[in-house]
Amino acid sequence: MSNIPSELKYATSHEWVRNEGNGVVTVGITEHAQDLLGDMVFVELPEVGDTVSTGDDVAVAESVKAASDIYAPVTGEVVEVNEDLEDSPELVNSDAFGDGWLFKLKIEDEGELDSLLDAEGYANSIDED
Amino acid sequence: MSNKTVLHAKHIEAGAKMVDFYGWDMPINYGSQIEEHHAVRTDAGMFDVSHMTIVDVQGQDAQAFLRRLVINDVAKLDVAGKALYTGMCNEEGGVIDDLIVYFFTTTDYRLVVNSATREKDLAWINAQSAEFDVVITERPEFAMIAVQGPQAKAKVATLLSAEQNKAVEGMKPFFSAQAGDLFIATTGYTGENGYEIALPAEQAADLWQQLLDAGVKPCGLGARDTLRLEAGMNLYGLDMDESVSPLAANMAWTISWEPEDRNFNGREVLAAQRAAGDQPKLVGLVLEEKGVLRTGLKVITAAGEGIITSGTFSPTLGHSIAMARVPRSTALGSTVEVEMRKKLVKVQVIKPSFVRNGKKVF
Repeated sequence: MSNIPSELKYATSHEWVRNEGNGVVTVGITEHAQDLLGDMVFVELPEVGDTVSTGDDVAVAESVKAASDIYAPVTGEVVEVNEDLEDSPELVNSDAFGDGWLFKLKIEDEGELDSLLDAEGYANSIDED
Repeated sequence: MSNKTVLHAKHIEAGAKMVDFYGWDMPINYGSQIEEHHAVRTDAGMFDVSHMTIVDVQGQDAQAFLRRLVINDVAKLDVAGKALYTGMCNEEGGVIDDLIVYFFTTTDYRLVVNSATREKDLAWINAQSAEFDVVITERPEFAMIAVQGPQAKAKVATLLSAEQNKAVEGMKPFFSAQAGDLFIATTGYTGENGYEIALPAEQAADLWQQLLDAGVKPCGLGARDTLRLEAGMNLYGLDMDESVSPLAANMAWTISWEPEDRNFNGREVLAAQRAAGDQPKLVGLVLEEKGVLRTGLKVITAAGEGIITSGTFSPTLGHSIAMARVPRSTALGSTVEVEMRKKLVKVQVIKPSFVRNGKKVF
């Protein structure tokens, strides 16, 4: 069973969301997702300043095995992207919930966070896969 | 219920992620397939290839039979232990399988064929052998371990007896020797030096452990695929199958047209295709920008469309490479386009060979 930190929120499409306060959230993909994808070779990130809506495909995680779309878990504006992934996409594998984060969003409506899954809900959702 | 090789428990013990491979429960990786790939390019890695099918062909007509069965000419083999890569075709000139033939004497040969095609291969070989005085014997009692990489031979040498080391000393590529219980061949599927070692199944776990202790890294099917693709080696089922001519699969070099009276299976059709020059060809593609070329993607050339037969990210080169079947007039060195994730990207056409002995070769 992979690690699912209890302080994060999750989307069924395997993104995690960390509330950093001040209306900013950090987004990444879960340890379970990186394990399914295998060794990451490219990560295509959105541009800072992009406005994204919940469910938009905004990034691509490309592993040796497959390319996988990453969806915006909430609506907001991209305020930062993880530039380290340009040279070290493997951070997504080695530290999915830490150094392997993808981008930060200035969230439009913080209430939207309540509609995401908690750790238990996400664990249940991947059991059903 | 899936098949397990005799090394299955060793894979689990090493934390392998197991997948189904044509009915076999095999390791895809032991953590990171990219690290495994680099281990083979820079040091030494090992693969459990016990699922592969070993078939001995013996008897009065063994040579005559194989001269019919495979598209290369086994009569070229005259040094005991010599190996030959080739294919066997049906009468329509389609590739039933690719294989390695090991020559011992004109009445004694060993074939190693793919595991995914085991049943149809055995059925075909047996049916074809009917009119020849030969005995076809599958050897499932052997396990097989491929040890590959620049340090592979040196690491194996530390585990062999003096006598065994003498048996393999100075062995050139594509040779084999029986060394005690080990059948050791300088063949492989990675583009590196090394051995493929067939041995009695009950000894395999011990050898695997000794290799581990000697610093040889266990590698899964994931790394095996990126290594063979970098080396420009075909994978049966992707790069060719029964609907594909060897002329369209970069296997023309494995056909022996001389002597003209050797009547190998598929000869008539293949000779007509060769004369017409109308078969597509298998080329290498290089994508230097971001993205990964994948199997099945459409290739657009000036002469018409082609298709990627296998594509991957090349860990050695740091960008994507692929093999693709394209119209024959597509020039090496030209630029063509691949339709990838709804956009067209430019790729370079080269000979299907990317990395050998750790180095870029194009």
